[in-house]
Amino acid sequence: MLRLIARRILGTIPVLFVVATITFFMMKAVPGGPLDTEKNIPQEIKVQIEAFYGLDQPLWKQYASYMGNLLRGDLGPSFKHANRSVNELIAAALPVSLELGGLALCVALLVGIPLGVVAAIRQNTWIDYLASSSAMVGICMPTFVMGPLLVLVFALQFELFNASGWDFARDRVLPALTLGLVYAGYIARLTRGGMLEVLNQDFILTARAKGASEARVVFRHALQGGLLPVVSFLGPAIAGILTGSFVIETIFNIPGLGRHFVTSVFNRDATLTIGTALFYAALIVVLNLAADIAQVMLNPKQRVE
Amino acid sequence: MRSTSGHPGIDRVALLEVNDLRTAFHTRNGIVRAVDGVSFRIDRGETLGIVGESGSGKSVACLSLLGLVPQPPGRIAGGGAVLDGVDLLSCPKEVLRGIRGRRVAMIFQDPMTSLNPYMSVEEQLMEPLLIHHKINRAAAARMALQALQEVGVPEAAQRIRSYPHQFSGGMRQRVMIAMALIGKPDLLIADEPTTALDVTVQAQILDLIVQQQRQRGVAVIFISHDLSVVAGFCDRVMVMYAGRVVETADTRTIFREPKHPYTRALQRSRPAVQAKGVELCVIPGLPPDLSRPIPGCAFAPRCEFAVPDCGRAEMRLQDVGAGQASACLRVQRGELNLQ
Amino acid sequence: MPEPAPASPTPPAADAVEPGRSLWQDAWARLRRNRMAVIGGVVLLALTVLSLFGPLFLAISYQEQDLGLGAAPPSATHLLGTDKLGRDQLARLLFGGRVSLLVGLAATGVSLTIGLLWGSIAGYAGGKVDAVMMRIVDILYALPFTIFVILLMTVFGRNFILLFVAIGAVEWLTMARIVRGQVLALKRQEFIEAAVALGLRKRRIILRHMIPNVLGPVMVYTTLTIPAVMMLEAFLSFLGLGIQPPMSSWGLLIKEGAEQMEEAPWLLVYPAAVFAATLFSLNFLGDGLRDALDVRASRD
Repeated sequence: MLRLIARRILGTIPVLFVVATITFFMMKAVPGGPLDTEKNIPQEIKVQIEAFYGLDQPLWKQYASYMGNLLRGDLGPSFKHANRSVNELIAAALPVSLELGGLALCVALLVGIPLGVVAAIRQNTWIDYLASSSAMVGICMPTFVMGPLLVLVFALQFELFNASGWDFARDRVLPALTLGLVYAGYIARLTRGGMLEVLNQDFILTARAKGASEARVVFRHALQGGLLPVVSFLGPAIAGILTGSFVIETIFNIPGLGRHFVTSVFNRDATLTIGTALFYAALIVVLNLAADIAQVMLNPKQRVE
Repeated sequence: MRSTSGHPGIDRVALLEVNDLRTAFHTRNGIVRAVDGVSFRIDRGETLGIVGESGSGKSVACLSLLGLVPQPPGRIAGGGAVLDGVDLLSCPKEVLRGIRGRRVAMIFQDPMTSLNPYMSVEEQLMEPLLIHHKINRAAAARMALQALQEVGVPEAAQRIRSYPHQFSGGMRQRVMIAMALIGKPDLLIADEPTTALDVTVQAQILDLIVQQQRQRGVAVIFISHDLSVVAGFCDRVMVMYAGRVVETADTRTIFREPKHPYTRALQRSRPAVQAKGVELCVIPGLPPDLSRPIPGCAFAPRCEFAVPDCGRAEMRLQDVGAGQASACLRVQRGELNLQ
Repeated sequence: MPEPAPASPTPPAADAVEPGRSLWQDAWARLRRNRMAVIGGVVLLALTVLSLFGPLFLAISYQEQDLGLGAAPPSATHLLGTDKLGRDQLARLLFGGRVSLLVGLAATGVSLTIGLLWGSIAGYAGGKVDAVMMRIVDILYALPFTIFVILLMTVFGRNFILLFVAIGAVEWLTMARIVRGQVLALKRQEFIEAAVALGLRKRRIILRHMIPNVLGPVMVYTTLTIPAVMMLEAFLSFLGLGIQPPMSSWGLLIKEGAEQMEEAPWLLVYPAAVFAATLFSLNFLGDGLRDALDVRASRD
C-alpha cells in the first residue's frame, strides 16, 4: 500500500517537470514582460531590470536557472507585481482558493449523493424524474452561466447576497453554490447509476432475506458499492472544480489563485503564470492520488494486493 | 388449480401450509404466470424437496412466501401461506420482515454473488442476530465465531474477519449456511445450494445440510432441478412443472412408483441411469410459454400418454393413495399405469 | 414396457417466426421509445436549422450597430432586444449558434479523428506499440489541459482554427481509450477469427467488420463530447480567449450578458437559456443512444 503511494508520487514528478517546461517556453514565446509599460524608462534602469529578472541571459540559461530555483522551491519574482515574489502571492491566494474549492466539493457531495440515492430507491417514480432532471440541469449549466444567473436572482433581485467580494462569510455562499451545484449534478447521476447496479445484485436479496429493513439494505449494504463510481469521479471532479474556479473567481472578484492565473496570463507575467500553473498541476495530482487511495479503501477487493 | 391435501386426514398442525399460491409477472410481453396455483405443506423437522426444471416456478414460489419477489413487475395474485397462524401473504410488512431470517431463513445458489463483497464475514454472520435480537455486538461476535466453527470452516477464528472473496466456493456456501442458521430458524429454504459448486464440493455441502438438519431439527425445503440430489436427503418430494404441482409423494414412493408422466420422464432422462451406446432419452419439446393461458394439463403437449381430454379438463392435484398425489388426469381415472 | 406413442397431439404454440432485427434496428426502436432522447433530438434539430437558415430570413444582420438605441429590451423590431452597441440580439444569437455549433462539431471532429486513429492503431497493433501509445495517453491524461489551452490561446493569438484544434486536442484522449478498448475486445471475438480463417485481407477485416462494431460506443461518446467541447469554447470565450467580437458565439454572448446583468438582464437570459437547452438536448440524446445501444440493458 505504501509502495503504491510512493510510486504514484514519484510518477508525478515527470508530469510536473513537463508542465513547468511547457509553460516556461510558452511564456517566453509571448511578447511582453516586465518592461512592457507605458512609461518611458531610461536605458540604465531598463538594463537593471533586465538583469534582475535574468532577461539578459540566453534562453537556455534562463531555463536552467529557473528550473534550478524551482527545485529549491523558489518560483521567482513576479513580473508585474512590483517587489513581490510569486511565492508570496501564491501563499496569500492559496487559502482562498482552497476554501472555495473545499466548500464547492462539500456542496457537490452533500447535494449530489442524497439526490442520487433517492432517485435510485424510488426508481421510475416522479421523485426519480425530478431528481434526475435536477441533476441534468446542473450538468448542462456551465459555471459561467449558473454564476451570473444566481447573482441575478439572489444578489440583484432579492438582494440577499453581495454580487462579489470575499470579505464576509455570506460571500462564500453564491460562489460555492455555483461551483458545487454543477458537480452535484454529475455526482447525483453517478450515485444513481451505481446504486441501481448494486441494488440489483444477489447479495441485496440475501440481506433482505435476513430481515434487514429497507434503510439497512440501502445504507449498510448498497451504499458502499454504489458510491464507487462517485469516488472514481472525484479525481476529475476536483480537477474540474479547480479549473472552474478560474471563472468563478473572475465573476465574483475573489482574491484567489485562479484569478491570479487568469490576470497573469493577460498581463504577460511569466513567472506568476508558470508558478500558478505549476501549483494547480501539483494540486490536481495530489488530490487525484488522495481520491485513488479513497477508492482502494472503499473496495476491499483492491486492498488485498 | 385447487388442491386436495397430499396427506390424508392428518391431524398435525403443519409448520407451513401453502394454499393455491399464485404469482405473476407483468411484463411488456404479457402476464407471465410463474406460479399458478401451488399448494403444499411442511411439518416441523420435515424435509421437502421441490424439483423442477428452470422456469417451473420453484424458486419464485418460495421467494413469494417471504415477500422477496420485486413487487413491480411481480405480483402475488392469490392464495395463502400460513406459518404458525400468520398468513405470510397478507400480513403487515413489518411482521413479514420479522419472520425473514428469524423464523424462516433462505440460502441461494451462488455464494460468490450472494455474499456482500464489502462486508467482512463476521459482520454478515452477526447481522441476523443484531437485526432480530436485542444482543450486544460482543455476544453476537462470539456466536458468529461459534456458528462458523460449527459448519466446519477451518481456522475460523483467524478467518472470520476476512472478506468473502478470500474464501473458496465451498467455504462461502458454508458461511451462507451458518448465516442462515445462526438465528435458529424453524424453516430453512435452500434454493439450489449446490448447483454452482464443484462436484466434489457438492457432496460436502449436502452432508453439511443433512447434519445441521438432524442436529437442529429444522425443517428444510430443498429446491433443485436434480432429482438424485433430492433423493438422498428429503422425506418428501414435490415435482413442479410450468408453475404447477404435478406430483407429491414421499421420496421412496416417488422413485419406485412415479404417478405422473413428467416425473417418470425426469427419472428416465438422467444420463446416469441410461445404458451407454443407446440414444439418449430426453423429453421432447419445450416448456410452455407462461404468458399465455394454458388449458388443461401443462405437460400434455410433450406427454407420450396424452389424450384429447388432457388438454381440456381442469388440472387438479388429487390423492392417488398411500400418501401420494398426482395431477395426471389419466392416472386419477385409473387408466394409466406408469410402471 | 409399451413403445412410446409417436409425437405429441398438439405441438407447442408455434409463433410466426419473428423477423430478425439487426443491432441497429433494435437500437433505433429503443431510442425512439425514449421520450427524453426524442425531445432532445427534436430540439437540437430545430436549433440547428434555425441557426443555419435563420439569419437568412432576418432583415437585420448581426453586425449592424445602432448606437443611438443602445441596450434596449425586447421589442417588436428587436425580438430579443439589443446590446449596448445597438446590435440585434436575435441575429447575434442565431449567428452565434452557427459559430458555437460549428466549433462544437469541428472540435469534436478533430478529437474523433485523432482518437479513432490512435485507438485503433494501438488496439490492432497490440504489443509494444500499444503499450507505448497508451502510456503516452496516460501521461497526457494527467496534465491539466485546460491550463495549456488557456496558455495556447494567449500565446498564439485568437486564431479561429487554432481554437477548435486546441479544444479538440483536449478531448481525444478518452476517445482513444474507448476505441482501443473496443478494438481489443473485438480482436478476441470469434467472428474476427472466422473472417481471418476465411482468408480476408486485414484491411477488409478492419473496414467491414471492426469499424461497424466500434461505431456504437464511439457514436455515444461523440454525442457526449459535443456538449463538453461547446462548454470549453464558451469557457474560453468567457475569459476573452475564444471567439472575438464582432463575431458572436453563445459563450461570448453570455459573457457580455453577465457583464451587463444589472441593466440589461435580457442579454444574459436568452443566450443562457438557448445554450442550456442545446446542452440538455445533446446530453439526453447521448444518454438515449447509450441506453439504446447497450445490448446488456434489456429492461423488459
